[in-house]
Formats: sequence, structure tokens, C-alpha cells
Amino acid sequence: MVENIRLAFQGIWGHKLRSVLTMLGIIIGIAAIITIVSTIKGTNEQIKENLIGAGNNVVTVQLNQGGYSYDMSWNDIPQGVRRITEETRQELEAIDGVEKVSLYHSRNYAEGIFYLNTQFNGEIYGIDRYYLNVYGLQVKYGRGFTASDYTDFRKVALVDENTVTTLFGGESPVGQPIELQGDVFTVVGVVALSEEFAPTIQSINDYWLYADRSSGRIYLPDAVWPTAYRFDEPQNVAIKVENTDVMASAGQAAADLLTEKQIVDTNGDFDYRSQDMLEQAQQLQSMSESTNAQLIWIAGISLLVGGIGVMNIMLVSVTERTGEIGLKKAIGAKKKRILLQFLTEAAVLTSLGGIIGVISGIGLAQLISAMMQIPVAIDVTAIAISVVFSTLIGVVFGLLPATQAANLNPIDALRRD
Amino acid sequence: MPILKLTDICKDYQQGREPVRVLKNVNLTVERGDYLAIMGPSGSGKTTLMNIIGCLDVPTSGSYELDGRDLKNLSDDALAEIRNKHIGFVFQSFHLMPKLDARDNVALPLLYADVPLKERRVRAEEALKAVGLEERMDFFPNQLSGGQCQRIAIARAMVGKPDLLLADEPTGALDTKSGNQIMEIFRRLSEEGMTIIMITHEPSIAACADKTYHILDGELRTETEEPKEAGHED
Repeated sequence: MVENIRLAFQGIWGHKLRSVLTMLGIIIGIAAIITIVSTIKGTNEQIKENLIGAGNNVVTVQLNQGGYSYDMSWNDIPQGVRRITEETRQELEAIDGVEKVSLYHSRNYAEGIFYLNTQFNGEIYGIDRYYLNVYGLQVKYGRGFTASDYTDFRKVALVDENTVTTLFGGESPVGQPIELQGDVFTVVGVVALSEEFAPTIQSINDYWLYADRSSGRIYLPDAVWPTAYRFDEPQNVAIKVENTDVMASAGQAAADLLTEKQIVDTNGDFDYRSQDMLEQAQQLQSMSESTNAQLIWIAGISLLVGGIGVMNIMLVSVTERTGEIGLKKAIGAKKKRILLQFLTEAAVLTSLGGIIGVISGIGLAQLISAMMQIPVAIDVTAIAISVVFSTLIGVVFGLLPATQAANLNPIDALRRD
Repeated sequence: MPILKLTDICKDYQQGREPVRVLKNVNLTVERGDYLAIMGPSGSGKTTLMNIIGCLDVPTSGSYELDGRDLKNLSDDALAEIRNKHIGFVFQSFHLMPKLDARDNVALPLLYADVPLKERRVRAEEALKAVGLEERMDFFPNQLSGGQCQRIAIARAMVGKPDLLLADEPTGALDTKSGNQIMEIFRRLSEEGMTIIMITHEPSIAACADKTYHILDGELRTETEEPKEAGHED
């Protein structure tokens, strides 16, 4: 066997140009597959990270009407839906796998917020004292909300870093006044996602939003939300769970509990629904995977063509080396020997092609990553499968030429020259 | 016991629709240590006879005994093994592997006999010494003269310690001087007890052997026999 591999390398080295051209189909096919798989994997990891965040296992539960989330930006106070009490919040925290529950108000399209003459057009949140913890937000400058901010109904606000850019022109906003629905609020701090949570995005809409530009977020203590907006707006619920495995079940349990307890009047077609980030991530992932699965099929065709190319060249090689085969048989080589020699040669050729293909594929993926800002992740399993598969191609497509060589009649073979 | 015993060997080839009989009832007995030449013009069937003696081809009818063993109905692989163990070939055009050096060329039959690498090398070097090429072990065939190449081929034929050395026009591609060298080696091998069958069309080469046979139109006869008219079938 070692002898055969040595002979195969000798043969390949002896016909460098021919060998490279023969391998080209395999190289292109394997390189394409590695590039596609790396890109899929990279994109998937990014989607997952963006939506779920590393370690940020948050499920949101929102009031829905007729299956659509009920946005307070342009809707009336819903009839027959109660405010969520502290008692209910604690009940939610008692659900299996739930770590912390936060209640908050939100508007996706804030109106009437200005700093000097600049209008803010991001999102506004009225948050309780658990919110920052649940979402993994940290105070970067200034201070967070204190207990007395809540009890004394202070008109204070926190902003995120995007708001610092879009509203304050990059200057420190701490201590600056902003106008909010005619009232003056003082910015007391800037919050950002702590390192291990970044870059978390909290809904599928945000994912697309973040893809181009987010105007930013402003946070108020929920105690003063009614003075800025309306009394009795129903809250959203953010639930931090222990791990991603229980996200779906905990979210569903919380939604069921809220639907049962909070909806007094069932005529309004209201219910609470959980928005599971993992599920959304999986939807996005399967979308990118199904398009790329088709690309892998196309790359597979290239492998097939490459394999046929190998078969063709091996047949030529058998014809060329008739004399060699004849002599080997004359001096006592059995069929199996000759068969193995040519099979090894084909397999070494395609394996080499596979390895070169893997290397070019990784290079290509990195290049695409650098040029188009698409994340790539090299998949070790894909590399192993590619190399094994290319060896297999050699064996399969080498079988016909090798059999032909093994069955050569030594007399005919020797007579040729 | 004779090393080789051919009895009533016939060989037919299909040519168009009609089978053509290339060998006609050939009888040949070779004793261990014999050195004989078979002469004949091209088309006489001497290569076919050589192929049959060398187990490269099987006769249509007749029996072939090698060292007392009847070689009827053997598989291709069994014949390959007999060629490997019992017969050494020397061809007109040497048939050396261009990409192997002298040592590896000579060691090749041992590879097929599953001899371990170290022993292959040692035995190949001994065989090369025996033909006077110990200085050329690392040379490739294209760096050597025709005579040297043929001596490598003889070393290759002898490395497996065969019972029979079969040479097909061994001097056909060589000048007279190199040819004479080859004949000297054959003579020495014969004196050491090797059985040699040599096919040639040159009388001067055939004269080096102890005994000469003539083949004509598929019939074999000794030198002393009177040429008899063959019954032509076509």
C-alpha cells in the first residue's frame, strides 16, 4: 500500500500540468462547498447571536389583538385588559426555569421628544427596576435609576449610545434636559449592553432595523410613564430564563398565565403571546440554509463532472501505460495489485484535489468575509467530510479504469512496443 | 524429471471467421540445466511458443508440465504466481520501468512475491553484482546504455531464482559487442546450472546455445532433423 501511494505521487508529480487540470473539477467543487458551508454557518451564528445574544436568554410576552402585537403608539387603552400587578410578576417568576421578570411600557415610534431643536425618532421605554438586569444593560456614564427616582416620580431618563450619536451629536448627554411630550426630563446616564450580551437585538424587527440604522432608545422610570403618556397602558413582560432550552416552554407558560389572569373581557380578541427569539433565529437560519442547500447541490454537480474528468484521464493513463502494466503482469503482478495501484492513484489524485479545494475554500470564505462583511465560520466536520468524499470520488471513478488495467492481457500489453 | 514437458501443444487464433492454427502439435522436453535456442523467421509461431512456455498464454490443446506440475485450467492469478516464482523473462526491448532506478527495477518481481523491502534491496544488489553492474545501482534506465539495460533486465529475471530463464531476442536491440557480453552472461548462467530457452532469428546467437530447434509454420524440429513438408491446411 505504501508502495502504491509512493508510486501514485510519483505518477502525479511526473505529469504536473495534467494532474492539476484533472484535479480542477474536484478543487472547484470542494472549494465551493466549503465556502458555502462556512458562510451558512457564519451567518447562522451571527443571527443566533444577534437575536438571542450570548447568554442573554430573554423571552418577551406582549399583548396581542387578533394575532398582532398591540402597539400603544397608535392604539387606545385596551378594554377588558388589566394592568399587571407586582403579585402577578412574582407568580411569573415562580414558573420553572424563569430567573427574573421585568414589566415595561414601550413605544416603537416615539413622538414629541426633542433635544434643543433636534427631534428624536427612536423608541421609548418605561422600565421597572429589573429591566436593565434582565436585558443585561449596564450604565456606562452617569448613573442608573435609583429607588427614589421611582418613589418620588422624578423626571429622569437614560439613553443608549445610538441616541448619544443621533440626538446629542456625540456629546455627553448626562445632565442635559430633553423635552418629552411637553415635559422636561433630565438625562442621568448612558446605558449599553455589557460585553457578554452584545450585540443583542430584541425583536425580529430590530434585527432588520439594526441592519441599517437604529435611532436609539430612551428609557424612563415606569413610575412617570403615565405623566408622559397615558394611565393604565398595559405592560409588556420580559422574562429572563436560565437557558435557551426552556425559552419556549417558559414563554408559553407565562403567556398562558397572563392571558388567563389579565384578560377580563374576552370579546376584545386579546391574548398574550410570547416572542421566542430562538424560534425567530431558527426561522431565519432555515431560510438561509434552504437557499444555500441548493448551492451545495450545484457544487455537487461540479464534483460529479470532476469525477468523470478523473475517470477520463485515468483511462488515458491506462492506455499510455499498457507496456508497464504488461510487464508487471508478466513478472508476476496479480490482478488485485494492478487494480489497487490504479485505484490508489485515482484516490490520491482526488484526495489531493480535495485538500487543495478545502484550503482554497477557506481562503475564499475569508476573502468574502473581508470584502462583504459576511461572517464566516469554518466547519471542521464539513472539511473532514469533503476530504473523505473526494477520496471516495477517486475510488468510484477510478474503478472502471483500474479494472480495465487489471484485466489487460500481458501478451497484448507487451506487444504494443 | 524434465523441467519442462510440452506434449502435442496446439494453439489456434481466431482470424476473421476461420481459426488459424499457429502451433501444430509441438513436442518439447527440456531437462534441468539445458541451454537451447529456438530459431525461426517472423510469423513462424516462435513468439506464440514463447508465450505458452512463459505461461503468458494458454494452449488450445495439449499438455504443459512445468517441473512435473500440469498447468491445465489455472486462473490468471495462479499463472501470474508461476511466472513470478518459476520463470525469468528477458525481452528484446528490455521493458524496464523508466521511473525506477536499477535497484528498484531489479527488485520489482520480489515486490510481487511479498518479500520485505530490506531483503528485496539486498537481493537486488546481489543480482546486479552478478551481471557486473554494482556501480550502476542508483542509475535510471535513460542514463544507461542498451547493453547495461539488458543486463539489468537479466538481473531482474534472475533475482527470484527461477527454474527457467526465457529470453526473447535478447540481443535484437543491441550492437555486437553488447550482444556478446549478454551471451557471455548466459553461458556463465548455464554453467551454473540455469535452464535457458532463447528465441532468436540470428544463427550466430543461436550458436551460443547447446542445442538449437527450428520452428517453421508452427512446427518445431531439432537441427538434426530433416526438414519435412508440413501439411498446410490453408
